[in-house]
Amino acid sequence: MAGEHMSVRIEEIEEMARKCRVEIVKMVYRAQAGHPGGSLSEIDLLAALYATRMRVRPDDPKWADRDRFILSKGHASPGMYAILAEMGFISHEDLKSYRVLGGVCQGHVDMKWCPGVDFSAGSLGMGLSFGMGCAIAAKLDKSDRRAFVMIGDGEMQEGSVWEAAMAAAHHELGNLKVILDRNRIQNDDFCEAQMRMFDIPAKWRSFGWNVKEIDGHNMTEVMEGLDFLEAEENSNGPSILIAHTIKGGGISYMENNPSFHGAAPNEEQFKLAMIELGEAEA
Amino acid sequence: MTRMAATRDGYGQALLDLADNPKVVVLEADLGKSTKSLHFRKAHPERTVSCGIGEQNMLLVGAGLASAGYIPFASTFAIFTERAFEQMRNGVARPNLPVHLCGSHGGTHTGTDGSSAQSIEDLAVFRTLPNVVVMHPCDDVSTRALTMQLPALGQPSYMRTARNKTPVLYDGRENEIQIGKGIVLQDGHDVGIIACGVLVSEAIKAAEQLASQGISACVVDMHTLKPIDGDLIDKLVAQCGALVTAEDHNIIGGLGGAVAEHLVSNTPAPLERVGVQDRFGESGQSDEMLEVMQISAPYIAAAAQRAINRK
Repeated sequence: MAGEHMSVRIEEIEEMARKCRVEIVKMVYRAQAGHPGGSLSEIDLLAALYATRMRVRPDDPKWADRDRFILSKGHASPGMYAILAEMGFISHEDLKSYRVLGGVCQGHVDMKWCPGVDFSAGSLGMGLSFGMGCAIAAKLDKSDRRAFVMIGDGEMQEGSVWEAAMAAAHHELGNLKVILDRNRIQNDDFCEAQMRMFDIPAKWRSFGWNVKEIDGHNMTEVMEGLDFLEAEENSNGPSILIAHTIKGGGISYMENNPSFHGAAPNEEQFKLAMIELGEAEA
Repeated sequence: MTRMAATRDGYGQALLDLADNPKVVVLEADLGKSTKSLHFRKAHPERTVSCGIGEQNMLLVGAGLASAGYIPFASTFAIFTERAFEQMRNGVARPNLPVHLCGSHGGTHTGTDGSSAQSIEDLAVFRTLPNVVVMHPCDDVSTRALTMQLPALGQPSYMRTARNKTPVLYDGRENEIQIGKGIVLQDGHDVGIIACGVLVSEAIKAAEQLASQGISACVVDMHTLKPIDGDLIDKLVAQCGALVTAEDHNIIGGLGGAVAEHLVSNTPAPLERVGVQDRFGESGQSDEMLEVMQISAPYIAAAAQRAINRK
């Protein structure tokens, strides 16, 4: 696999992320509900991860030896669904089922409903533990498959995250790779106002993790960050990539705006978003 | 002389027996010596995962393993399983992942540790979860037999075991034990006593007391609370016309609740529920706790008389 991802150009991943942003905004606008902010902050990371790292088979989503991806911040599901559609796990038509009765795109990602979803999330603080179980299973199977987990920064306020952080380091799970979407906003307000985080990299280092920080919207840095997660020298234990992102990133009026953690744009705002994403003329 | 044994020992033995299945893994939260998973750990350390004192993490590590085809057996004290209730709900039951949770030291029978360690609500809370099978066997033989059946279950389960020894009822009768099927231990026609766990042997004693008064009691071991054996309850109603439930658990939501729910939707009959009267426990020896909580044999016999009087 080494070097394979180099064949995908940075511009191609950026274009994939742009198309996903369009779908994210459309999904939330159609449903008039959902979580655009955290979907937009994570999407560059997800696009790079799926386009260049994930060993998966969209036509065989339950392939036993696939890499696992666990979106622990399961409310940011529009981002996940957009990527799954881009990769061919589901169709773009399926995206219209977001939050609709009987739809594969449930409000929060659900492994029972949507092909390509490895964990039913929606309750914060659970994905890292589940990913740890996936990583242990891979080791027992003597497989080189990996468990990638995306967590949110507000989510780190859940105590069980630190149960898992301690346990994963104790068990030296080098096949457990975490990406932190550090977008600085949670449901009610900025994280710093809700619960101060202090030195996040130091927290993870002190728990025994390999740690790297990047700009989660700079695709060159994102690729370097994913290289770090996959690096042989970091296979001694779990690794975390702290990606500094912008909540609502890519849509001017949503950026760094706590109101768009869990709210849909109105018609005027939707049109503006489509213009900003290059989908419509001003 | 009746052999005495603790149900948790039956669990520990079953895990060892199951080790031939390479998919069986054991998860611990620093209480393996107590829940008896330690025997598996000693024999198969490579398939045992220490989760430290972290029950929430343990349940979801189990879910992750189950999603990859493993069959995880996680155990801790019954009271601490409750700490991971939402993990069991959202991460295990909702995606229907076959994680098998065992809560040892359940009930006030646990004794001198006092109320903080005496789970009296575990059966009720786990019974509310879709997909989850709930069991509370009465002796080491049936505990072992039920545990041995779990790998074939294909859905999550919760089993309460007990700390202290109780009379063994099923020596040589392993083959009669089946998940979801209550067992008639003694036939009778005046009243049906349905019990689980440590109160099964108390129910037999109560039936003996009733017999001396000329009352014929049928005694059932309802080791599986969910799915409840409705056919057997219907049969008891037809045969006896009055029922008693007996459990070392709050009278709200446990065995009494499960039987009452079945009765009101099927064949209503007088039902008296013997159990912890919606209060917390305290420190005391096991036999003392059965008296303090008013759940020992004489209380079951008195309840039987009340049920008969309501016919």
